[in-house]
Amino acid sequence: MNTVADARLRRAGSLEKNPRLCQWLRLERDGTVSVFSGKVEIGQGILTALAQIAADELGVALERIRMVAADTSLSPNEGVTSGSLSIQDSGSALRRACAHARALLLERAAERLGVPVSGLRVKDGTVRAGGRSTSYWECADKALFDRDVEEHASLSRLPGEQRVVGTSSPRRDLPDKIAGRPRFIQDMVLPRVLHGRVVRPPHGFAGLDSLDDAKARSIPGVVAIVRDGGFLGVLAEREDAAIAAQLALRDAASWKESAPLPRDIYGWLKANAIDHRVISEKVDGEARSREARTLAASYSKPYISHASIGPSCALAQFEGDKLTVWSHSQGIFNLRRDLSLALDMPEEAVVVRHVEGAGCYGHNGADDVALDATLLARAAGSRPVRVQWMRDDEFGWAPCGPAMALELRASLDPSGNIVAWQHDLWSNGHSSRPGRSDQPALLASWYLARPYQRPSAINMPLPAGAADRNAIPLYDFPNQRVVNHYVREMPVRTSALRSLGAYANVFAIESFMNELAQAAGADPIAFRLRHLSDPRAQAVLEAVARRANWNGWTPREGRGCGIGFAKYKNLGAYCAVVAEVEVGHEVRVHRLNLAVDVGLVINPDGVRNQIEGGAIQSISWTLKEQVKLGERGIASLGWEDYPILKFSEVPSVEIELLDRPDLPSVGAGEAAQGPTAAAIANAVENALGVRVRDLPLTPDRIIAAIERE
Amino acid sequence: MLRSVGEHFKLTVNGVPTEIEASGDTPLLYALRNDLELKGTRFGCGTGQCGACFVLIDGHPAPACDTPLWSIAGKHVTTVEGLGPSGALHPLQETFLAEQAAQCGFCTSGILISAAALLAKNPKPTEDEVRAALDRNLCRCGSHNRMVRAVMRAAAGART
Repeated sequence: MNTVADARLRRAGSLEKNPRLCQWLRLERDGTVSVFSGKVEIGQGILTALAQIAADELGVALERIRMVAADTSLSPNEGVTSGSLSIQDSGSALRRACAHARALLLERAAERLGVPVSGLRVKDGTVRAGGRSTSYWECADKALFDRDVEEHASLSRLPGEQRVVGTSSPRRDLPDKIAGRPRFIQDMVLPRVLHGRVVRPPHGFAGLDSLDDAKARSIPGVVAIVRDGGFLGVLAEREDAAIAAQLALRDAASWKESAPLPRDIYGWLKANAIDHRVISEKVDGEARSREARTLAASYSKPYISHASIGPSCALAQFEGDKLTVWSHSQGIFNLRRDLSLALDMPEEAVVVRHVEGAGCYGHNGADDVALDATLLARAAGSRPVRVQWMRDDEFGWAPCGPAMALELRASLDPSGNIVAWQHDLWSNGHSSRPGRSDQPALLASWYLARPYQRPSAINMPLPAGAADRNAIPLYDFPNQRVVNHYVREMPVRTSALRSLGAYANVFAIESFMNELAQAAGADPIAFRLRHLSDPRAQAVLEAVARRANWNGWTPREGRGCGIGFAKYKNLGAYCAVVAEVEVGHEVRVHRLNLAVDVGLVINPDGVRNQIEGGAIQSISWTLKEQVKLGERGIASLGWEDYPILKFSEVPSVEIELLDRPDLPSVGAGEAAQGPTAAAIANAVENALGVRVRDLPLTPDRIIAAIERE
Repeated sequence: MLRSVGEHFKLTVNGVPTEIEASGDTPLLYALRNDLELKGTRFGCGTGQCGACFVLIDGHPAPACDTPLWSIAGKHVTTVEGLGPSGALHPLQETFLAEQAAQCGFCTSGILISAAALLAKNPKPTEDEVRAALDRNLCRCGSHNRMVRAVMRAAAGART
């Protein structure tokens, strides 16, 4: 499948940086195939989908594929598992690697069997011609894959070969997870392990003033109190003793006071932007001259926590001057780099091995806790150290998804078409992941006696973007200006949260599209369709309208129905959502209908699971979630202060996958968040006649909006 | 060393009489995970608010993170590993697999515990009853509906 997108690249996906065939797969003596990917399982099912791709391209049964957990000493460096890119990056590379491997194996088999390749039949790695047969495993030798992947290797199939791509193969990791067998990094046991905990300041970026550690030292089982500048931790034989010592140290430490936080974060963001980048500009004077009416509106989105159910965890062990770290990081190579920076060790002396963790939804504490474990392991000789963050460590110290302020303005012509559009957004950067600065991006490194400087969060460039992800509307507007106002100073540490800026940008754009449709007296879906020329965009809108019986919707007291749409990053999946809500003393979402186009579907059930999960998480963000800020730091440190959607609040979710077998596969994990938020806000407006432009849509916000009207 | 002040607690875990040597204030969670190496019960919050560490104590779901050893001496504890008959999966685990009712799977053990307690008490729950019974368990990935379907399916299977 050669596509325009593929042809633009010199090498498909991650082959660009990892061109050797032996980097991707190895035939094992036991009749299996080890497949190496630098992408990691974070609950999204990627290892299952990649195994399906490998099985198909090699022509072997899925059961023969062994996905090797990412490891800096074994795996191709595929950067970070983020941005819904794993199918594109790793999937496309693996597909070509496996196709090339198969071509080489078939050549060998043809030689052995004395027939041309065209005369071979292959089933599950066994190659037959006439009455004779051989197998991939007999044909492979060590040197066979020691070459660059040739991308022109045929991807065509031999007759009779079955495909697993396109089928809902069950997740390979779920049997362990559902049986309760040890599988997560939190479950990992190493001989002679010590348990560690770290004591953070009460808030902000304060340094350690004084410490009386006598009480902590007296706790039975405590092995060491470790202090390096403002980094303070404890090692104990038992986990419960480490936790007790952590609490004792918290009481016994006094910290310098950190700077107060701004009270009005949105006003502060607008006042503190240092870079004002016009990211899209279109000018059409003739269209501008038809302006009949101009509307403007401001929107906002608070800091949001990743709020993983499983707090971050890591293990670390020194053996001489070699360090091994076990981590659920999304980017093990980048973590290795920042660990080596923070510890002033050569990168070659550090190995980072991926072990699955709880869902992370972006850059949470996974990388930070790896440095915590490493710093404590330095005090543990050759014993391994396990550190798991407590709930308040995770809420208080993992990076948050940034707060954003947005202002939109648009003009309609006399016939109700948009002739001019302006979108301004103010935000911190959306990534402070490791591996992207000359300073380590790891929390503890900024507190050491010789501290590193905390790097500011940055934005990745367009077209994918970060704060400005999805800020450029997919609609066709003759005049258009989109400005990304970047704020470098970070009152709260921010980094990547699932969908980055797309959540707020799509919420604002799609809310505003409804406000404009209303002003134009148009149906919101019809209004969108007449501003869209992309047929795939039109198709998801039309499909969701059919599915939700949009035209048959009858308004009832307190009930509303709303639409939201986006093409993720303007590069990825198309997703349209219709939400039905009921508004009493709070908003309840009753039903979501979604129509989604991700190109060729590798695993339909996997895509549905990701889309539904993304949509439900977005309902939670949209109705409930905001990080509470105290005078000097994050004040929401437990679930009581940071409620998320509960089982009884989750609506029915129905998903239609549009079949696009001839189009490239794109990721599904971040497509639904923005459209779902907008669909809910538009449904609330439909129910109440009141527009709420500030997230989350809590009862307070709704009452405030009613009072404003 | 802790052992010098350790007390001995006798309890039954997954049907097996067990003795644990630890301080009485030790939360059951750490005794299960670290002393007995039953890792399926997971730490989530330490304050009984998320459900990731739920176990059955004499048949009732309770947070192991918030249950000190002194309070459960002599009681029967069932963890996710002990839900099914020995060596086999509980019908709920079968239907969770059939429905692929998880994403990251970290909350799953606690949810299975809550669901098993519900079905033991109410073998034919309505969907609303299932949701209400799982409301003390948090799921962040958005796998709620799949899990509710899996519980309903297990209940339906038990009926036939």
